[in-house]
Amino acid sequence: MSAAAHVVILGAGHAGGTAAALLRQYGFEGPITLVGEEPIPPYQRPPLSKAWLKGEADADSLALKPLEFYAEHNIDFRASTTATSLDRAAKTVALSDGSQVSYDALIIATGARAIALPIPGAELAGVMFLRTAADAAHLKEAVGPGKRLAVVGGGYIGLEVAASGRALGAEVVVLERETRLLARVACETLSTFFKQVHEQHGVTFELGASVTGFVGKDGRVTGVTLADGRTIACDAVVVGVGAHPNDEIAKAAGLETARGVVVDLDARTSDPAIYAIGDVAHRPMPIYGRMFRMESVPNALEGAKQAASAIAGRPQPAGEVPWQWSDQYDLKLQIAGYAFDVDEILVRGDPASAKFAVFHLKGDLVQSVEAINSPPEFMMGKQLIGARRPVSKQRLADPTISMKEVAA
Amino acid sequence: MAKITYVEHNGSEHVIDVKNGLSVMEGAVKNNIPGIDADCGGACACATCHVYVDAAWQSKTGEKSAMEESMLDFAENVEDNSRLSCQIKVSDDLDGLIVRMPESQH
Repeated sequence: MSAAAHVVILGAGHAGGTAAALLRQYGFEGPITLVGEEPIPPYQRPPLSKAWLKGEADADSLALKPLEFYAEHNIDFRASTTATSLDRAAKTVALSDGSQVSYDALIIATGARAIALPIPGAELAGVMFLRTAADAAHLKEAVGPGKRLAVVGGGYIGLEVAASGRALGAEVVVLERETRLLARVACETLSTFFKQVHEQHGVTFELGASVTGFVGKDGRVTGVTLADGRTIACDAVVVGVGAHPNDEIAKAAGLETARGVVVDLDARTSDPAIYAIGDVAHRPMPIYGRMFRMESVPNALEGAKQAASAIAGRPQPAGEVPWQWSDQYDLKLQIAGYAFDVDEILVRGDPASAKFAVFHLKGDLVQSVEAINSPPEFMMGKQLIGARRPVSKQRLADPTISMKEVAA
Repeated sequence: MAKITYVEHNGSEHVIDVKNGLSVMEGAVKNNIPGIDADCGGACACATCHVYVDAAWQSKTGEKSAMEESMLDFAENVEDNSRLSCQIKVSDDLDGLIVRMPESQH
């Protein structure tokens, strides 16, 4: 792409912000327009449910780059602005402030939005999501000693909020529709382990609980109603039941979509001038021979590297092994890979020691690993997943044999 | 405040004034210096902010935690003076620090 080409990035989250910065690192010199819905420049979202909520990190430390970075690097950052339509033939995007920008390359990094529960009372004050810094600020006001917090959804966000809520002195109840926690994303061993840990820290659980509505007083939530007729009293609710990709603008413009905007290994969509990265992208993952959509920081960074490399004319980064992490209490959970086509689950170490790893195997290949306080299992597991190298299950299951020896 | 010299694997040097309290990793990332990826943002979860600390500075940058040690053990091109730069807190004592980057963070 020529030096004068104009790159427009729709979405100023972790993916969009990183793509802008990487284009400059990679020597791209053309103008960049970065369009963000939120009033502040790109920041890290993971600490919102953890360090930031607990007051251990401030807004400056969350920012990917200081505000002045954008102007200094000829990146036109448009805050509080969204794209309203995309004209692929004219290569222009109409923005919510009434302006129009033309592009030579467009990166769609519009992310995903929290799924709302279509139930009565969802509009009451105090019923919250945790997606943005503004959401987190509302939540921080609502939790504290003596406050009762109800968390709808026992996924990672719900559990991280529960842990932070306890750290801040709130009473926390987690309401989960499935009969176990983390049902969509983790194995039973991990579900059981996390439930015990949270209970030890004073969190209560209602599993198999069908939430039917929220009740309130003077417009503010006071309780969650369940299908069995009970009402759980609370002062605030966080709903964490998944996210939906913001792919409407791509769909309306006729780009190919599946569970998100379909892209290739360059992060390029069905239109060669348009890329899609981060939570909104439905992307190929060659080590699993399939395409899927992921919601994680490493995924956002990978897409940003792919799109920036393609635009700046650099070779693509080596194929990655997807991974993610979660911190709850003094536990560090690190996950590599996804448990596709798994025929055996193997636990290495003892969950009772809070230091163990769960390996998901397809034959003698590692498909994914969930490691609790076990960096060697995570790091070596990640390498084994990427290398597609067979392992001895017997040795893998024996924690007295080091991971280096297992992989040797 | 500490003046820190970040040396890319290709030899390019970047001299940056980093505020006390930030990590050596944050000093690099906030200034868009290539070569320190820091995928996890400082959670000690990824080992993509690996640097080599010049010998003269090793004692001043403190001890590695068990977690850092364990992560580094499985990173690539690890040397005795390898550190995760997210785990080194900047203070006046580090004024003049020189860190060098590995060929790759993955």
